Formats: sequence, C-alpha cells, structure tokens
Amino acid sequence: MNRLITASAVALVASLSAAHAKTDIQWWHAMGGELGAKLEEIVKGFNDSQDDYNVIPSYKGTYPETMTAAIAAFRAKEQPAIVQVFEVGTGTMMAAEGAIVPVYQLMQDNDVQFDQNAFLPAVVGYYTDTDGNMLSMPFNSSTPILYYNKDVFEKAGLDPEQPPKTWGEMEEFSKKIMESGAASCGFTTGWISWIQTENFSAWHNQPIGTNQNGFGGLDSELTVNGPAQVQHWTTLKKWADEGIFKYGGPVGGDNAPPMFYSQECAMIMNSSASRAGVMANAQDFEVGFGMLPYYDDIEGAPQNSIIGGATLWVLSGKSDEEYAGTAKFFEYLSSPEVQADWHQFSGYLPITQAAYDLGKEQNYYSENPGAEVGLQQITLNAPTENSKGLRFGNYVQIRGIIDEEFEQLLSGAKDAQGALDGVVERGNKLIQEFAAQNQ
Amino acid sequence: MIENRPGLNILSHLVLILGVVVVGLPLWVAFVASTHTATDFMSGTIPLLPGPHLIENYSRMLDSGVSTSGTPPVARMMLNSLIMALAIALGKIAISILSAFAIVYFRFPLRGLAFWCIFVTLMLPVEVRIVPTFQVVAGLGLLNSYAGLSIPLIASATATFLFRQVFLTMPDELVEAARIDGAGPMKFFRDILLPLSRTNMAALFVILFIYGWNQYLWPLLITTDAQYYTIVAGIKRMADAVDGLPQWHLVMATAVMAMLPPVAVVIGMQKLFVKGLVETEK
Amino acid sequence: MKRTIFSNQLLPWLLLAPQLAITFIFFLWPAGQAIWQSFLREDAFGIKTSFVGLANFRALVDSPEYMNSLQVTAVFAVSVTLLSMGVSLLMAVSVDRMLRSSRIYTTLLVWPYAVAPAVAGILWWFIFNPTIGVLPYALDLIGYDWNHIQNPNQAMGLVVIASAWKQISYNFLFFVAGLQAIPASLREAAAIDGAGPIRRFFDITFPLLSPTTFFLLVVNIVYAMFDTFGVIDATTEGGPAQATNIMVYKVYFDGFVGQNIGSSAAQSVVLMLLVIALTVVQFRWVEKKVEY
Repeated sequence: MNRLITASAVALVASLSAAHAKTDIQWWHAMGGELGAKLEEIVKGFNDSQDDYNVIPSYKGTYPETMTAAIAAFRAKEQPAIVQVFEVGTGTMMAAEGAIVPVYQLMQDNDVQFDQNAFLPAVVGYYTDTDGNMLSMPFNSSTPILYYNKDVFEKAGLDPEQPPKTWGEMEEFSKKIMESGAASCGFTTGWISWIQTENFSAWHNQPIGTNQNGFGGLDSELTVNGPAQVQHWTTLKKWADEGIFKYGGPVGGDNAPPMFYSQECAMIMNSSASRAGVMANAQDFEVGFGMLPYYDDIEGAPQNSIIGGATLWVLSGKSDEEYAGTAKFFEYLSSPEVQADWHQFSGYLPITQAAYDLGKEQNYYSENPGAEVGLQQITLNAPTENSKGLRFGNYVQIRGIIDEEFEQLLSGAKDAQGALDGVVERGNKLIQEFAAQNQ
Repeated sequence: MIENRPGLNILSHLVLILGVVVVGLPLWVAFVASTHTATDFMSGTIPLLPGPHLIENYSRMLDSGVSTSGTPPVARMMLNSLIMALAIALGKIAISILSAFAIVYFRFPLRGLAFWCIFVTLMLPVEVRIVPTFQVVAGLGLLNSYAGLSIPLIASATATFLFRQVFLTMPDELVEAARIDGAGPMKFFRDILLPLSRTNMAALFVILFIYGWNQYLWPLLITTDAQYYTIVAGIKRMADAVDGLPQWHLVMATAVMAMLPPVAVVIGMQKLFVKGLVETEK
Repeated sequence: MKRTIFSNQLLPWLLLAPQLAITFIFFLWPAGQAIWQSFLREDAFGIKTSFVGLANFRALVDSPEYMNSLQVTAVFAVSVTLLSMGVSLLMAVSVDRMLRSSRIYTTLLVWPYAVAPAVAGILWWFIFNPTIGVLPYALDLIGYDWNHIQNPNQAMGLVVIASAWKQISYNFLFFVAGLQAIPASLREAAAIDGAGPIRRFFDITFPLLSPTTFFLLVVNIVYAMFDTFGVIDATTEGGPAQATNIMVYKVYFDGFVGQNIGSSAAQSVVLMLLVIALTVVQFRWVEKKVEY
C-alpha cells in the first residue's frame, strides 16, 4: 500500500514536472482554411509524440502579412522561433544574417540526423546557399499547372483527354471553344508574376536576372525584358483584347478561379496546390490536368517549372531548448509519412524522394489523376541556372511591380517591351536599394 | 418657405428620395447578401431581395466565425471593439477635461508651452507617423493588449479645445462663489464644472465612440493575436480569402454587424451627435 | 481670458500630466523618430543602420512612383471633396425647403457618418465586384464594361465614391446649419425683386454660405488625405498599377510591407509638413470665426 502511494506520488510529481518542463515553440504561419486545420493536425501529431516540446502554431494572415509580422516582432524582440516565409521572401531572409539560424546549422548544432540528399533537388535547390547548404526547411512547395474544363472541351468538339501542349494550341483551342459558344473565354491565370513571368522564363530556359537569377550575390540585375518574355506578354495582351484571355487581378489573381468555376473560362493556370480547391468548386463539370503550355519555336522549351510556396525559417534570439525542439520538429516534418500525408491532402509537392515513393506505393497517383502533373513538371529536366529558381532582394515588391506593369500593358499605356523594361528598371532600383541596406 | 412652388417641392422630394436611396444602397445590398448562401452569388444573377438564411448566417458568425480567415467569432471581435471604443472615448474625455481645466483656471509657468504640446498633436495623425509609433508601442510591450489598442489614441487636442471653449464661456461668478464657500479647485471642478459640462461630455462621447469603434489601421497593425482583433479590422481578413473566394454572405453579415452599434448610436442620439459634431469643429 | 483663477502651482501640472505623457510618448517621440529615421538607411530586421543624410528625400524626388502618388492624392482629394460636397449641398438645399419632413430625411442621410471607412470600402467593393456585383451587372446591360481590377480610372472612381459616400452626412449637416443661419429676409427680398430660385441660390445663398463651404473644403481635403486609409486598404490596396496609391497608403505600404523604413520615414516627414500647412489654414479660419 505504502509503496503504491509512493509510486503514484512519484509518477504524479514526474508528470507534473514533465508538464512544466515542456518547452513552447512558437510557429507563425500563413495557412488558412482547410490547410490550416491540416497543419494543426500535423503539429498535434508532433506534440503528442513526445513530452519535451510543445509547438504552438498561429495563423498570421497572408504570406506578406506573416512575414511583415515576423520582422516587426523581431525588431520588437518578440519573434517566434519558426516563421513560414514565401519563396520570394528568401532573398530578404537570407541577407538577414544576424536574424536567422540556417537550418543545416540548426540540425548540426542539435545532432539531428539530416541528409540533404534525400530532398528533391528542384525543391531544395531554391533554398540553398551557393555552397549547397540548406538555409530553410521546405514545407509547402507547389508549381503551376494547367486545369481545363473537359465538358467545355467536349462541347466545343475538342478531345477532352488532350489538353493544349503549346501556346499555339492554347490559342487554337480557345478560339474553337469561343466560336462554338461552349465558353465565353479561353483561359485565365493566377499569378501573372509567378506563372506568366518567372515560371514562363524557367519553362523556356530563359534567365530573368544576372548572377544565376540572383543566386550568385546581392549585386544582381533583372533581365526579364528578353525577347521570349516580350513575345509572351505581347501575345497575352493581344489575347486579352480578343477576349481569349481574361486577367484575374494582381498577386494571386483572386478573380481568376471564379471565372473557371463558373465556366466562363475554359482553362486556368494555377498552383498545383489549388487542386483540392478546384475539385471542390468544379461541381458541375469534369476537370482535366495538363502541363504548362510552351512556345515550340523557343529553343530549350519545355525545360522544367520552378516551385513556389513557402519554407520555414528559424529566427535567432531564442533559447537552446527551443532550438533543440525545432530541430526535432523539422525531423518529424520531413519524415516520409508526414510528408506524404501533407502532400496528398494539400496538393503541395512532397519535399523528399521517399515521400514521393511512398505515394507511388500507395497508388495515390493512379487513383488521383492530375496529382502527379506538378511533380513530373519540376523533374522534367535537371534544373539549369535559369530554372533553379530566383533570389533577389526586395522581391516581394518586385512582384508587385510585375503586376503593375502588366496592368499598364493591359490598359494600353505601355507595350510589352515598355512594360518589361519598366519591370527591369524599377526592379533594379529596389535590388540596389536592398544591396545598400545590407552592406 | 419663401413662396409656394409645387413643382420645386416635388423636385426637392425627388432629389432627397434619390439621395436617400443612393446613400442606403450599400446597406441594402449588404443586408440582402448576408441573408443568402455562397452559391446564390455564383449563379450569375444577383439577388436583390433578402433570402431565408438570415438567422443561420448571423448566428454562425456570432458564435464561430469563419475559421478559414483565422478570425475569432464576431461576438468576440465586437467585444474587443466595444472595449477599445469605450476606453478611447472615456479616456479622451477624462484626460482632456483635466487638461482644459488646468489651462483655463490656472496660471503657471510654461503654460503656453503645455498648450502648444497639446495643440501639435492635431498635426500628427497616426497615419503619418505609423512606423515609429508602432515601434514605440512594440518596445513598451503593448502589442496585443487592450492598452496598446487604446492608449496611443487617447491624446486629443480637439477634445481639450472643446472643453477649453466650454469653460471659457462659464461665468466667472461661479469661481467667485466657490471661493467664498471656501472650496478648493478640485471641489470646484467636481461640484460645478463637471455637472455643467455634462451635455458636452455626452455629445463628445458620441463622436469619440464612433471614432474609436471605427479605428482600422492601428488595430490591424498591433494585433497579431486573433483574440484581440477588432471587428472593423477583422472584416478585411475575412475578405482576403486564401485559396478561394471570399464568403461574401458571411463577410456582409459581419459588415452589417460592424455597422450596427455606431449607426445605432448616431440615429438613437441624433441630437447629441449633431451637437458633438458641430462643437468639436469650433 | 478668465479674470479669476486658482493660484496652485503643482496641481495644474498634475492635471496636465496624463495628456502630456501620452502626447510625449505616442506623438512627439515617434514624430522625432520619424525625422531621425528619414536620414537613415536600415535593413528590414534593423540590424544594419547607416546615416545617409538627405538620400531618402532625394530618392523620393527622383521616384516616379512618389510623384505619381502625389498626383493620385491630389486627384483623389479633389474628387472626393467635390463629389461629396456637391451631393451634400444639393441635399441640404432640398431639405432646407422642407418643413415637416426634414427630420426624417436628415435621419436617413446622416447614418453613413458612423460607418468605418474600411467597412464603407468593403461595401462598395462588393457592389462593384466585377464578377458578382450589382452595379457592373447593371452597367453591362447598357454595354459598359466595369472592371476596376484592371482599369485604373474605374478603380479611382470606386475609391472616390466609397470615400465621398461616407462623408456626405458630415457635409450635409454643416450645410444645413449654414443654410439655417442665412436670414430669410434676404432671400425674401430677392424673391420680391423677381429672382427665381436658381438665381437666388447663386446670388445670395451660395455667397453667404461661403464660410461653411470654405471650412468644409479644408475638412474634406484633410479627410480624403488622411482618413481614407481604410477605404484603400480594404479595396484596391493602391492598385491597379499604383492608380490609387495615395500618400498615406504609400507610407504604410513602403514601411510595413516593403520594409523600407528610411523611405517611409521620409514620406512621413513630408506628410507632417502637409498636415501642418493644412492645420494652419484651418486655424486661421477658426480664429476669424471666433472674432465674429
């Protein structure tokens, strides 16, 4: 009896002290809605799996809002340990040497097993320094793909199993669709910057900046006003005037998906991660999937598409326990089971080969048409200097400039050359400003 | 009425009715939208009459809110707004009436300087000094707190001027009488000035309550914890749907609820409102 | 000036203390910071800082975006002021003719004052939404294509309407008060002379209303320049192509989203100078009025 009491008392004390010893780790993220709920489920899995750490996720709004909040909090010394930053914020985060703890170093310092080669090169390449060290932890990566309305294709007399492969076919199919009255517009797109400019360039193996698209250093310059990009923007403007293409607004293009869902536009180019949303909203018609179209007269196309999405950055100024827990959490996040689960639920790309293989084993791709298109696209060819990604300072604002110049093109205030020259000129100023701030 | 011109009268009524309709249009559309479901907007025809989902939409927003926007239930945000609006309105009235009392009824060194310090706040709306003010508040550890939401906004030159004006028009005999009774300044303030300024305070309260309730930029910046979101700042987060369409019916239900308290105050206390509006601009 | 005053020396400072403390901490100190930061160049995280003199101001002068913002602000402020004051004056003149029904009309016209600018923005954004909005649908029927996401002028139109709508109540109340202060005898005399209602308005009413009009002019410009942040942020966010990027929004955007603290601070300083100028104008008018 006495022993029993003692034993339970010891257990009680142990559990109490364990409860007290749990280290809280703040994680600020930008995943709203279903994704946010899934993220919390993943975090709960980690918190339940061990007794030392408690990861606390908080939703901070859109990507720019989350990043802004984290930077402001850092200046106020109230930063979280982990913050989710979108890919275009990479340049800003990287340059902030005193403010971040690189992931490879975090893993080293805390003796956590970590094999960088297990990650998909197209994913991880975006987030490494010039020596190949991984700076941030890829969490949600996606790539743009083409979605099309099979019912409309059929009505227009097109083969619903054959998405357009080239931009020439895009035009041809769109015209057929519009002439047959199956839909009033050919296609729309999210993300003029990410899809129709950055990915367009990578897909056609065209540089968008010097210094390997900015990977080589802060003193890079944009070169996005090349002939291929000018040709594409010129054509987009022409199609916009003809009604073949409809603009969905700046940044992510909030108005583009509704045009596709309401069957106003027959095709949309958008993130592979929108797959779940597209399937949920496209209730009255069948959705088909395809790779991004390319111009067959441009040499080197199709190359491979680049990713978007976000990674997890670790901010400096936290305690050793928090870093130890963060390292453990990252190990958990990159395990094949968690990755495959997150990938299959969300439509984001798996970040490791093992997670991709696990998905194949589970027959996920054969059962879910379209889910593999993005993966095939980023692994189509080994990434070149032009298709590894991009890294420029102040790139969040440069994206804004791309939208603005595109809007000027649409309104007729500028031609494509003038608009892209504007992107280069204004963007370079921001890059120089950033370089000066970070000297 | 100068002369009777029926044509002109009818025209005037027409102009006014048209004006009332135009002014009321956004409210009507918002209300109608808030009584439908999301799919009613997607069909292409826009409903112009209320639908059957009024109670459903509103109770959903009050209790649970839209989880996808990361905002807490509307009831919580309205409570936050109420706390902020009350703190700002009462705080402004309290500190302004005290400083007006000091400036009008005392002579002391540097009085002019103190007056100018208050006056200069007129020239520095929060919007123009937003980044450093944010840094100061963050440095004081006031992010995500009711104090951070309200205190930086309660200094006000206009309220001080209003009370100064009111006190200046009060007859000097009041002070004389108080002196003869042997009352000190604080007793005079409490027993005579405060009761005499009651309607002015009430009028000012109406204006300041609306001012506080409608704050947008400031709460947007300093609240990163959803528990402190105010309703006006929260609406924007709902309208910014990630990966999809804003749920307009719910956004509009929230907008209607965000408008209700201040609109009720204006309509319910119209006389005080007009008085407050006119006085603060003197 | 009061003849009778209290003689305490410490008490007034205690009474002033709360207001002065808040003014120093949240107004003067940040304003000083803004001025100091306008001479600095800082990275986003505040790790590296260097003194750059007037470089931030020079960059503003050289920046086509900033010049565009000045122009946008001017167009916006003037449009909001004219639209809102014009409509309000029309309403006020009409209500002025009413005896019995003026109260009802007034009630139905004053409530938008209570609506937050951000909410006003959301309401009009919804009404004008190109895909599901009521007005684009109606405009489409008469063959006009409304898409403020793409068209800069329409975007400007949208934010002007939303901002002016909210300000109608305020202008209306002041115009009504102004009209009531005009002696009826003056207008009656003109009526006897045979002047019609329109002539009477332009010859007598409008000139006599000019103090009110001038006062409202300043108030509306200040409103359009500084209080409409919510309208812009909740709707266009300065777009498309910077077409609605007013100065106040740019300060916020460059400072918080762009993380360019130096430039944002320099813009703050410019804005402060502008507010000071406007306040001086406003105050001169107030002083004149006090003399009456």
